[in-house]
Formats: sequence, C-alpha cells, structure tokens
Amino acid sequence: MTGYRRLEVNEVGDVTVVRFRDPKIIEDINIQELSQELFRLVEVERRAKLLLNFSSVDFLSSAALGKLITLEKKVKENGGTLKLSNIRPEIFEVFAITKLNRLFDIRDDEADALAAF
Amino acid sequence: MPPLRWLWQCDCVVPSEPGACRRILDGLLAEMAARDWRKHDLYSVRLAAEEALANAVRHGNGADGRKRIRIRCRLGSRRVRVGVRDQGQGFDPTMLPDPTGPDRLEVPNGRGVMLMQAYMSRVRYNAVGNCVIMDKTRDHAL
Repeated sequence: MTGYRRLEVNEVGDVTVVRFRDPKIIEDINIQELSQELFRLVEVERRAKLLLNFSSVDFLSSAALGKLITLEKKVKENGGTLKLSNIRPEIFEVFAITKLNRLFDIRDDEADALAAF
Repeated sequence: MPPLRWLWQCDCVVPSEPGACRRILDGLLAEMAARDWRKHDLYSVRLAAEEALANAVRHGNGADGRKRIRIRCRLGSRRVRVGVRDQGQGFDPTMLPDPTGPDRLEVPNGRGVMLMQAYMSRVRYNAVGNCVIMDKTRDHAL
C-alpha cells in the first residue's frame, strides 16, 4: 500500500496491519507525521480493524504514547477496534509503568492479535 | 566522602529544537556502552534524557526556536548524570497530576516526568524548576 512515509500498511483479511518505518519514534516531527498517517487510516479511509505491529520499533517516547492514546479514541469513536502486537520487553515496560497496558489491547505477536479480532 | 571522578563529560548549549541534542546523547551512550553498562541502563538514560529535552523544548522554552538549552553529561565508573536547563520560567514538578490515575489514563500528555523518575536513580530540579539533573547508578534495578 503506497502513500505512507512513516508506515507500512498491509491488509490481512479485513484487518489493516501497520508497521513502523522508524525504529526510534522520538522526534516531534516524525511523531506528528506518523500520527497524521495513522489518523488518516481511521478518519479518512475508515479502517475499522487496525493492528499496530511494533516489531521494528526499539524506542518510543511519551509523545508517541500520547498519539497512540488519541488513535485509540478515534478508533473507538468510529466503532472500530485497535490492537497492538510484537512490543519488545523494554517498550512494554514503558506501557506497564504508565499503566497504558490497561488501556490498549496488547498481544504477543501478530498471529495472536489477528485471531483476536 | 571523596568527590566523584568523572571519566567523561560534555557541556553543550544548543538551539531549542527537537533533535538538537541527538549527537550529544549518542556520544554519551556510546561512552557508556564502551564501559559495559547494561543495555537497560542505556535505554533508561536515553528515555529519560529524551523526555527531559522534549519538556525543555516544548514546555520550558515554549517551542521558541530562538531560545537555548544547556545539556551537561557526566559519566563515572558507577554513575551517569544528565542535566538539562532551559530558559523558561520553570515549574513545580510536585504539582503534576498522576498520569496513571483512572481520570488521567486517556489524557495524551503528562507522562514525561514520571518516566524520568521511574527510569533514573535520582531526579532533582532546581528551585525555579527550569533545570533538571538526573542520575543513573550502575546496576540500579528498575
């Protein structure tokens, strides 16, 4: 799927699977572009089932977490479902410390996440 | 108690822009890696430093690219220290709401200071609140 600078977007059945091109999601401008692309998937392309695969991500800032929270809200407002998968232990630790593991549906791997939709 | 002996140090003043301190942080982490600091310690220092810098740019300096940030890095055999100072009015870090509370969980921002405190051994601010000094002690368990 073309047209995304920060994301690799594919479809598995009726689920949109997203991977991230940047291993380190830190800088504001990258986060801004990335979040705009994610929001476009939901608000413009009306993707109802969204899976974010974090296998290529080795660093995530709190600003990026904030965009994920906003994405979760947008997905819910559109009647959709968001799941996260393949989160490395050190990044999952950030979710756990911030208790955001309670907000998001996080699965070990893509297969698990796809089966759960 | 004898004074700390720093094996490596760096003092820089950079523009208040995202990414302006990237090379400095990369340099610090490379020095830590060369001295066999654990991967998790490297991750912790990067995360805390990035959060402190983001706060300095966005909140301290009000996203004003004309302002400056001072970053000081010190590396000892058992301790690493990162200091970040902005040109803002400061703030009171004790007044920040708990971002893990049920009423704050869905708020997109407000987690940076908490992460700094969770990942570093010690975090302290000056009285004004526009300078933060963070220490990580080697083998400090999270």
